[in-house]
Amino acid sequence: MSTDEGAGRPMTMIEAINDALDIMLARDPDVVVLGEDIGFFGGVFRATAGLQAKHGKTRVFDTPISECGIIGVAVGMGAYGLRPVPEIQFADYIYPGLDQLISEAARLRYRSAAEFIAPMTVRTPFGGGIFGGQTHSQSPEALFTHVAGLKTVVPSTPHDAKGLLIAAIEDNDPVLFFEPKRLYNGPFDGYYDRPAKVWKGHADAVVPDGHYTIPLGKARTVREGEALTILAYGTMVHVASGVVESLGVDAEIIDLRTLVPLDIEAIEQSVRKTGRCLIVHEATRTSGFGAELSALVTERCFYHLEAPVERVTGFDTPYPHSLEWAYFPGPVRVGEAIERLLAAD
Amino acid sequence: MTMEAVPPAGANRPVLALHVPEPRFRPGDPVDFGFLTIPPAGAQPRPDETCAPAETFPLCTDLVRVLGDDDQAHGPWDPRLSADGMRTMLRLMAMVRVFDGRMYRLQRQGKTSFYLKCTGEEATSVAATMALDAGDMIFPSYRQQGCLIARDYPLLEMVNQIFSNRADKLKGRQLPILYSAREVNFFTISGNLATQLPQATGFAMASAIKGDSRIASAWVGEGSTAEGDFHNALTFAAVYNAPVVFAVVNNQWAISSFSGFAGAERTSFAARAIGYGIAGLKVDGNDALAVYAAHAWAADRARLNHGPTLIEYFTYRVEGHSTSDDPSVYRAADEGTGWPLGDPIARLSAHLIAIGEWSAEAHAAMLTELDGEVRTAIRAAEANGILGHGLHQPDTTMFEDVYETMPWHLREQMAQALHERAVKYPPEVQP
Repeated sequence: MSTDEGAGRPMTMIEAINDALDIMLARDPDVVVLGEDIGFFGGVFRATAGLQAKHGKTRVFDTPISECGIIGVAVGMGAYGLRPVPEIQFADYIYPGLDQLISEAARLRYRSAAEFIAPMTVRTPFGGGIFGGQTHSQSPEALFTHVAGLKTVVPSTPHDAKGLLIAAIEDNDPVLFFEPKRLYNGPFDGYYDRPAKVWKGHADAVVPDGHYTIPLGKARTVREGEALTILAYGTMVHVASGVVESLGVDAEIIDLRTLVPLDIEAIEQSVRKTGRCLIVHEATRTSGFGAELSALVTERCFYHLEAPVERVTGFDTPYPHSLEWAYFPGPVRVGEAIERLLAAD
Repeated sequence: MTMEAVPPAGANRPVLALHVPEPRFRPGDPVDFGFLTIPPAGAQPRPDETCAPAETFPLCTDLVRVLGDDDQAHGPWDPRLSADGMRTMLRLMAMVRVFDGRMYRLQRQGKTSFYLKCTGEEATSVAATMALDAGDMIFPSYRQQGCLIARDYPLLEMVNQIFSNRADKLKGRQLPILYSAREVNFFTISGNLATQLPQATGFAMASAIKGDSRIASAWVGEGSTAEGDFHNALTFAAVYNAPVVFAVVNNQWAISSFSGFAGAERTSFAARAIGYGIAGLKVDGNDALAVYAAHAWAADRARLNHGPTLIEYFTYRVEGHSTSDDPSVYRAADEGTGWPLGDPIARLSAHLIAIGEWSAEAHAAMLTELDGEVRTAIRAAEANGILGHGLHQPDTTMFEDVYETMPWHLREQMAQALHERAVKYPPEVQP
């Protein structure tokens, strides 16, 4: 998987993303980074800190507040031959850019028979757990997995964030790169009333120096087990891990890392082994990506299943402010689903 | 790989270069706003409200001002308000500032998640709202707390919303300061940018369809004029001659992006009106009398069926974008104090003193009184709970208002939420 993976050092997810951008700006003169507040300021989450000073104002620059414009100019830059990495400040603000993403970036290759491509990586923080209310908390990944021509990536650790982001930037198709903002500065197991954890000391926070990639479409087995399979991505990987540890369940946890293309082999292999499958995501339930996963598992592993596939998700409401933790699919919801699955005969 | 670049050597063409705007001052730089042209107060003509749009075009790059450096009101834009009217305006603006100060501190004390001040911009919401009728519909962005205060909306309701507590009439759903107040004709604040502008146009069109006399007025920051919805709103307003007033609050900064990233290096924001063929005015946003006069002019124009107006209120965002922002990282510290158009509250207060209708003592007493009102509201709101301390709306409210009637899947999910609460907080551990 690695090209010149060197010795590592601990990083936060923000630092890992910054490092990936820095390396790609240095390696490839066609890479440009653009977005609101990302230049001199370095981004509202500091993901691009220092990059403008290092690589110059025509490689890393602020944009007008127009998500439609940001994606649209990235399509044009890609048509020229650049490899733009636009940032949308919050995934909740991506919707004005949907026409350029869905009707344009996603279909450029198809409609021009590959005369034109859109090799952009749209980075955007998503997910809740920061009291951001409905405009700073959403998980809209399923809107994009539904669109033919787009790839969708969600890292869950600093190590993966760097390798996946470099792979996404080097990919010649448009990629939505959703960054779980609750994981930027530390892992989060869903226990909101306990002290916040930091990445330092976490095994997956050790990020190799230099250039390396994690191929898109390859899942990661977080933990092997025999009793059931848990499919998760982003923040929910950590919530699921915490519950599995506290219940002492022999679960196999698969961090999907890429939703499209999906590592169907890893999923099939695991579910055929365990016979039970729990799908966990923070996004709303109806037509969420869990529905796709559930259908795939049922279609492909039906005769291996010993219990109905379960989904644990956010509720089908806008993300509430004060009731954030009643909304969030936390340890209680995940834990009870695991127990139901294990109890089923 | 990039396409084959045309070699500049030997070709009779210049090498292209990308222009990326850069603000004049960064942290550590001395600040000098001498590059701004500030015309004298009273020098700007005031066309009739029913004039052709083109008559206003020179005003799009001028600056409508009333209050001069001598603290007197000048020229045809002087709204000639009574001393009582001006004292009310002063009091409302001061209330906004006192309220902002207290709320900011509450956020820092951990009593809520977020706050956002409008320091230095009070006139752009308070004086503008005073120029509207109570029935006119306000479509605010998130920095128009002054509109609510100018319409005497109860402070207690505002603080309840900021605390997301059990008395918050928005049921704790919205981020603090994203108010909604239909009873004072104040539209629900989105949090997404510029979406309210076409909505204001649509409201105004509806009023015209129904032969009503109500108009709509919308606010937006200069940075958000880059959004497509700004242009959608102006196109529709121009096409249907909609009775709507657009206020662009140009406070120079959109988080860390200076106004140049919305096009301010090329022309004014008011001048956008020229391209759409509608009336436009650029106004000293720190001059409460000029703001009042301009908004009243545009409201009258709309009410007289002469269509939309785009007003740019030229002002300065003295504080950070919000409690999540640290402006010392990206802009010079002295910009706020060096702003050549002064402070709207200090200027109106000085004017009232200059005409013998106010005093420093009266001003100080007013501030004490306002602080007392705010603290009373805070105490009452705290009794209803602060964020994260249990006194919130019942969990069932999370599932209400998603639809008019709750479908089966939300009923199921509501039962799940109630079950989870019972697991997390069993009756024997509840207070």
